[in-house]
Amino acid sequence: MNAILRIVMLKELRESLRDRRTLLTSLVLGPIFAPLFFILILKLALARSVATQDEVAPVTIANAAAAPNFVQQLRESGLEVTLKDGTDAEIRAWIADTDGLVVLRIPDNFAERFLRGAPAAVMVYADGSNSKAERRAHRVYDAIARYSSTIGSLRLQARGVSPSIAQAVVVDNIDVSTPSARATLLLGMLSYVILLVTLLGGLYLAIDATAGERERGSLEALLTVPATRARLIYGKIAAAATMMTLALALVTASIVAALGYVPLETFGMSANFGPGVAWRVFLTVLPFTLLGAALLTVVASFTKSYKEAQSWLGVVMLVPTVPIAIAGVLAVQPSISLMLVPSLSQHLVIQSLMRGDVLPLSWVLLSAASTLLLGLGLAWLAGRLYRREAILG
Amino acid sequence: MIQVEGLSRSFGAIRAIDDVAFEARDGRITGLLGPNGAGKSTTLRILYTVLRPDAGTARVDGIDVAQDSLATRRAIGVLPHSAGIYPQLTARENIAYFGELHGLQGGTLQKRVDELLVELGIGAFADRRAKGFSQGERVKVALARALVHSPKNLLLDEPTNGLDVMATRALRALILRLRASGHCVLFSSHVMQEVAALCDDIVIIDHGRVVAAGTPDSLRAQFGATTLEDAFVSAIGDARGLE
Repeated sequence: MNAILRIVMLKELRESLRDRRTLLTSLVLGPIFAPLFFILILKLALARSVATQDEVAPVTIANAAAAPNFVQQLRESGLEVTLKDGTDAEIRAWIADTDGLVVLRIPDNFAERFLRGAPAAVMVYADGSNSKAERRAHRVYDAIARYSSTIGSLRLQARGVSPSIAQAVVVDNIDVSTPSARATLLLGMLSYVILLVTLLGGLYLAIDATAGERERGSLEALLTVPATRARLIYGKIAAAATMMTLALALVTASIVAALGYVPLETFGMSANFGPGVAWRVFLTVLPFTLLGAALLTVVASFTKSYKEAQSWLGVVMLVPTVPIAIAGVLAVQPSISLMLVPSLSQHLVIQSLMRGDVLPLSWVLLSAASTLLLGLGLAWLAGRLYRREAILG
Repeated sequence: MIQVEGLSRSFGAIRAIDDVAFEARDGRITGLLGPNGAGKSTTLRILYTVLRPDAGTARVDGIDVAQDSLATRRAIGVLPHSAGIYPQLTARENIAYFGELHGLQGGTLQKRVDELLVELGIGAFADRRAKGFSQGERVKVALARALVHSPKNLLLDEPTNGLDVMATRALRALILRLRASGHCVLFSSHVMQEVAALCDDIVIIDHGRVVAAGTPDSLRAQFGATTLEDAFVSAIGDARGLE
């Protein structure tokens, strides 16, 4: 390695690692807390979807005396029945007072119509704008529909007709997704997290080494040492890339650790993110650190102050996520030409690793090569930019 | 030894320096004196190779600064106008970093840094991080950084800016020692007393042009003034009168 490059790189790293604030945002907040936060959200979402399925559905039944068998059937189909008589107006008042209340009112003529074989109407009262009431009301509809269908079948049988004649089409639901693929849908966001946290790892160093150095007034002195400006800036890019590599290693490790706390298996999913996959994810994203470091350095070189660099880089940080977002919306499948797009290719490779699919090695190498090439191009551009006099600000 | 001939540089429509010529010899202290915005910093920046001249030549020990900037940088030690140092590094590390960039290593580097710590009186705060340093302490470190590769020529841009009396005196003593050991010292200042107290040769610049040059005695004689300040005022006044 070039001596100047190494000297500059080590000095930038030493400074960054000593600055507690930089260290906190680069290597603690991003790599450790981002995955934890993400997985907490995932866990809550999963817990909620399970809770919704198993939720008891309370229902208040008015005038239950008019249809004791019907009420008994509803009880047996899992509804939590409370009996309370009231008029239409009273029921409306209860619902206004009680969050998520669902009331089933049975008219007095229920038994008479039922026995006659005419459709017996019942009224379900619920606040349709309240999602909890809406969910409970659906459970009540389902229970009533099942009861209605059972009685209907019995009536047909009693008249010597096969109940199946009333079913013209039935649906059999066959889910062919593998457990990993189902999890990937939820874990798809993880490659966003990995790429963003990796970039964040080098963000402060990139700003500090360019705009920060100028703002503190040490740049001019640095430019009077007998080294080409390109060498100096390559050293700074190498330092930022090293910080990003550290952040990347930490974030993959913390994802492995954190996923251990999400009981994905109980929902028929498997998180294919063990140490073996994590290691491959690390290698996949590794070339991206050079690109990210060079990109941030180039942009920071144009800015006049630390603050300006911070606000610009906040926007630039989002650039690598754009292809991923577009691909997500279009549900893009991996292809050889997409391997040429940095960030998207890393995203696709990570996705297939987590899904347990194997992409051709040549594709993975193409992703690495194109990313590295663009990174080297941007590093060269940074070197050119530093030759301008305007760099002094 | 620094020789400047016909040096000009514009920024857009503004002519920062115009046909500047002077010489700063070894074993002498040369002062660039002029009001703020006169072109002192632009001249020095061309000499220490961060700016390129539009016309004219500048040589340091015979090396053309525009042709061979790397060789020039080896021959000069620079204290730029904004002499910031790295807040997360100690004074010692700040100096050693520049030593390394100048190609010093190992025992040689360590020995040289130790020498400078003593010579500039940095010893007491050598191993403290620079973020809490006073302006005087910062300038001392920046000076040590400029001297780490033992350059023959020194370019100091307003070195006494923001220094208290004691620090200024220490700096003066250092500059005199450097002269005694045969260095060529070129420094800029807008402070009359500063220049009067130190300089063997004075170059007065105003509006980007050299309006007068010579030893303090010859300048006084030239303008028929009893003090250097009077000479300075009439030199600049003359130049403004001619506009």
